[in-house]
Amino acid sequence: MTAFLALVRRDLLLAVREGGAVGTALGFYLIVVALLPLGLGPDLKLLSRIAPGVLWIALLLAALLSLGRIFEADQDAGTLDVMAMGQLPLEAVVAGKALAHWISTGIPLALLAPILGILLNLEISAYPVLVATMLIGTPAVSFLGAIGAALTLKARRGGLLMALLVLPLYLPTLIFGISAVSAATLGPDGLVQSLTVLGALSLASVVLGPIAAAAALRLQMQ
Amino acid sequence: MKSQTITQKLANPTRFMALSGRLLPVVSALAAAVIGYGLYLAFFNSPVDYQQGETVRIMYIHVPSAWLAMAGYAMVAMSGFGLLVFRHPLADVSAKAAVPIGAAFTFLALVTGSLWGKPMWGTYWAWDARMTSVLILFFLYLGLMALRNSMEDEALAGKLTAVLALVGVVMLPIIKFSVDWWNTLHQPSTGLGSTLDPSMRIPLYWMAGGFTLMFFAMHLKGMRNEILRRRVKALRMSQVERAQAGGSDTIAAPAE
Repeated sequence: MTAFLALVRRDLLLAVREGGAVGTALGFYLIVVALLPLGLGPDLKLLSRIAPGVLWIALLLAALLSLGRIFEADQDAGTLDVMAMGQLPLEAVVAGKALAHWISTGIPLALLAPILGILLNLEISAYPVLVATMLIGTPAVSFLGAIGAALTLKARRGGLLMALLVLPLYLPTLIFGISAVSAATLGPDGLVQSLTVLGALSLASVVLGPIAAAAALRLQMQ
Repeated sequence: MKSQTITQKLANPTRFMALSGRLLPVVSALAAAVIGYGLYLAFFNSPVDYQQGETVRIMYIHVPSAWLAMAGYAMVAMSGFGLLVFRHPLADVSAKAAVPIGAAFTFLALVTGSLWGKPMWGTYWAWDARMTSVLILFFLYLGLMALRNSMEDEALAGKLTAVLALVGVVMLPIIKFSVDWWNTLHQPSTGLGSTLDPSMRIPLYWMAGGFTLMFFAMHLKGMRNEILRRRVKALRMSQVERAQAGGSDTIAAPAE
């Protein structure tokens, strides 16, 4: 457990001290959301209707951009091999790195979302639910993303390939995340169900992600 | 267990080549005959739907394609499982051969579906739950092909693709379920009606059977091609190695 926590702490420290990594994802999120009204026209009614979807899709894209970071630097530096040979099972290593990715990218992106919501004229009453869905849903983004990052570790043009592999897997999270927000603006009926399913998706990916990603990493280290 | 001994016997590519070489013409001929008869039934011996008119005949291509789109993915996933767990030498060949065929049938299902949708629904594409989940299946196939093409090391690419295929098996029901749920929020399911008259059901069965045979024929052919391609590659590599060994001798000789 201490090794696991040390690994998470190390990854978080690296994310902060390297700089740029977290900032780039946030900047990308901001620019995508800002581009949209320019493309669609400044109709505030339209914007407030599509705001939850736009915020979620832009969040997925911004997170996708930073997924490569999970294993790439350690693969280049050789530290990934050391971690694989250490006492911690590779599954736990992957889980720790994905957890660090969630804390360093998922949470900041989720917290930025309400500010971008203002730009899109999203109802203020939807903000708490929006942030809640994103906090509950983004673990799935990091842990499923770890599978994509592990699979494309040695691939040519890994970044583009990862989008093709990972985005279909994000579909359930996207659907239930948006349905939770729209349930909050329309009425409280489906809200609890959507949030519960979103939580279930995240928990399932916390299990599936490390197993599949560790299998992929092991195959590449042989 | 007899089935296991058969799969073990087939682990020898030479034996597989011999057996599939004998099997392939039979399966191909059978597929052609069954599809031919099915097409005859579908075009000349089945009634025109009172609402849909002649367009109902698209169904005889569309439904078997959609069925093989899913069966193809099952084939890819089972082959991936066989590769990762049993390390069966032909599992990767089977997975690699099945992916493009499954993708082609998925594409066919999407295209025929949208051609049917234009006169019936008035639109080529309506984000219907079924259509969306088949589209996602198509994306998964594309991902499998792209991942395999992205690596130099073929053995590694095969194993990683198998991991992705198995992840897809876990995720596909979830995606399907969530798409269904998403869609029922917005528009009611179209529902073609499963109570199909025998005059239409029987041609459909023939077509489904024929398409399945065609899938097997193409899959066998694809596997044979892949095995031959690997042999050619191995021969080329050994030739290069021999040439290099010989070449270095002749270069090294004067220096000595």
